Amino acid sequence: MNVQLQHINKHFGAVQANQDVSFTVRAGTIHGLLGENGAGKSTLVKVLSGYITRDSGTILLDGLSAEVKTPADAIHAGVGMLHQDPLDFPPMTVLDNFMIGRAGGAFLNSRAAAREFKMLSSRFKFSLDANETIGTLTMGERQQLEIIRLLSLGVRTLILDEPTTGISASQKAALFAALKVLAAQGRSVIFVSHKLEDVEELCDEVTVMRAGRVVGNMPIPCPTSKLVNLMFGRELATPVKPATCREDVTLGTEGLVIGNNRLSIAIGDLSVHGGEVIGLAGLEGSGQSIFLLTCAGVMHPIAGRLLFSSPHGQVDMTTKPYHRFQRAGIGYLPADRLREGLIGGLTIQEHVVLRTPSPGLFVDRKRTHAVADGAIKAYNIHGHTDTPVGQLSGGNQQRTQLALLPQALSLVLLEHPTRGLDIESTVWVWQQLISRCRTGSAIIFASSDLDEIVQYSDRVIVFSGGRASVPISIADLTASRLGEMIGGNLETISKVASEHPNGSVKL
Amino acid sequence: MDFSQIIVILATAIATATPLVFASVGETITERAGVINLSTEGTIMLAAMVGFAAALATGSVIAGLAAAAVLGALVALIVAFGAITLKQSQIAIGFVLALLCTDLSSFLGNPIVLIPGPTVPSLKVPLLQNIPLLGPLLFQSDLLVYASYVLIVLVWVFLYHTRPGLVLRSIGEQPAAAFARGSHVVRQRYFYTLLGGALVGVGGAAFSLDFKAGWTYHLTAGYGWIALAIVIFGGWNPLRAALGCYLFGILQSLANVAQSNIQSVPTQVFSVAPFVLMILVLVLTSGDWLERALAFIPPTARRSILRTIRTRAPAALGKAFEQD
Repeated sequence: MNVQLQHINKHFGAVQANQDVSFTVRAGTIHGLLGENGAGKSTLVKVLSGYITRDSGTILLDGLSAEVKTPADAIHAGVGMLHQDPLDFPPMTVLDNFMIGRAGGAFLNSRAAAREFKMLSSRFKFSLDANETIGTLTMGERQQLEIIRLLSLGVRTLILDEPTTGISASQKAALFAALKVLAAQGRSVIFVSHKLEDVEELCDEVTVMRAGRVVGNMPIPCPTSKLVNLMFGRELATPVKPATCREDVTLGTEGLVIGNNRLSIAIGDLSVHGGEVIGLAGLEGSGQSIFLLTCAGVMHPIAGRLLFSSPHGQVDMTTKPYHRFQRAGIGYLPADRLREGLIGGLTIQEHVVLRTPSPGLFVDRKRTHAVADGAIKAYNIHGHTDTPVGQLSGGNQQRTQLALLPQALSLVLLEHPTRGLDIESTVWVWQQLISRCRTGSAIIFASSDLDEIVQYSDRVIVFSGGRASVPISIADLTASRLGEMIGGNLETISKVASEHPNGSVKL
Repeated sequence: MDFSQIIVILATAIATATPLVFASVGETITERAGVINLSTEGTIMLAAMVGFAAALATGSVIAGLAAAAVLGALVALIVAFGAITLKQSQIAIGFVLALLCTDLSSFLGNPIVLIPGPTVPSLKVPLLQNIPLLGPLLFQSDLLVYASYVLIVLVWVFLYHTRPGLVLRSIGEQPAAAFARGSHVVRQRYFYTLLGGALVGVGGAAFSLDFKAGWTYHLTAGYGWIALAIVIFGGWNPLRAALGCYLFGILQSLANVAQSNIQSVPTQVFSVAPFVLMILVLVLTSGDWLERALAFIPPTARRSILRTIRTRAPAALGKAFEQD
């Protein structure tokens, strides 16, 4: 089915999630919708599939204007969507899930439904057991079920929101094969993703979104660097960070390999100096947070050693527990401020109490009040000592997190330190961080904002496709070089060594 | 004790469990839709009083039952409005209503305490009552009891074999997903909360018009809480909830028998014993030790056994539905 979205606008509060977005998908094609997290892709497809009501704009299906107000309307019009987190019923069986929402008589005809289910799943070579409980299925199998269900409802345009996250390689191959069959049948597929390689492998055409707008449209194949430039756009900002780097090494790694059960990334040998800022760039979920968690002592490395300098010389921290990392002066600020960083229902003062080690049973109200009040003034937090942090704005929550960090830290690890913050708060946060650098703290931070990476880093490590690049000095970084690397053309140790045989590159 | 005596005890147990059957099957329906109506204790009490008063005033048992059902639905409407529309804590609303309705029943029911009134007439089912064993056990009581049998089967068939029943289960599990598939989550939650409340109300009237005929202060004390516990014990399945009710009925019958035979023990012990035993049973059956005990059975057979014994609350139980 031909789908046309014209001049779609949608805002959430002050955030314009979609701004005058126009987007055309031809029948019989697989159309990629590419962009970083928060670019507005999900909002756009949710508008098309009836989960979100648009502020303005027109939806044309096969040239006719369509009123899509609820998901049921969309299904009726032939548009079905597969959500990133499958919208199904985990305790129920596959067959029950298949039947919910289907038209029919009052009494369930399980046998007929099972027959149709079996026929459809064999057509796409999916092996699903109709009597299995959803909760025991893998993410990939739940996707397959949802695809079958939507097709049985007569869907002619299928939307998939980040479908390759959390499924195995063979499931991905099966999914892509099925989608190609659907396109060949004349259906249209909208494939939402932030993974370049998936879009390049599967799609016939791609539309790139950035900050709520469509910034480009291109047939596939096309050069990866072109797509990356569209995703991140524009010329890079100029570095603003003053030189604070010292000679001493704060953190050293030897043959470090990080990862979880799905991913392993070789970091190799790395020396982070006192006062240095290292930026971790790359598409989100490429391993930056694993690196931060490993340095913070929350995750253990797969191989290699982590060495921290202390007054008594270098200490091997590789297998030490988290509290040893804390005592060694390593601070970690997670991205999800309210889930992992702060406790929403507790006040600023109560956070101070939690942080302050106290020998007695009772809370020293007066002293912690003074400390909290001092932090509020020093960090310019718009709130009171008795304000629950959940009621603070994002910027003020981040200020609170920073205020709660111990004064003397040798290494600060941050994930998206300024996400969701206004410009004033962003600048302020970095002033604080740089003043920490001046006292000798090293900083490692991950950000999906390339401007932030370029403005504040001394060196940048790029993560892409399960690998990490060598650290690259900010002076040597150009927009195209960064784009190439994020797109997957990484400069790893072996590559750099072959390009600089005289060993002039300092790692 | 001879065999016929045992039959009599069991028959009494089954019959006296009838009010609990109405209440716990009703609550099962409500909770399947994702709403907890915690007011059952108060609803049963107030409905018992109102049902009796209505029957007394009109002389009709039917009118009494109808009034009790309407009262139950009205209390459920307050729960539904607070929980679904205002998205407030279902626990708080239900608990306050439980206390309020209990006290209201004493206050408003003051004039009709210990007055004789109409009761549901007994009716032996022709033919069926002559079946050996089953006849005296099930078919020699009254219409309300027979109605409860029908209710159990009807609700079970509805939940597991009809399309609207499947949708009802789906809105209690994942309202967002149900909405995505075209269900009117809010409308349906209101409907099933009211329906469940009405059945709880009938359960209350079943006390005052049948099994504890008449009205007095705190006539039904404790039964509402037990009904709530039985819903959990029954794994939100009407058949198993009914089994729980009958088990409770049997415990009560046994306590009565024991009380008349063992004079040395204070009677309070026997009136409390069924509640204590019931809670023990709940604890024992809701642990996962059964699952672990079954670990040696081959996985294919185990799957279906586990599915029947495993109890899980509807995933969205007690949570408001937010549509974005």
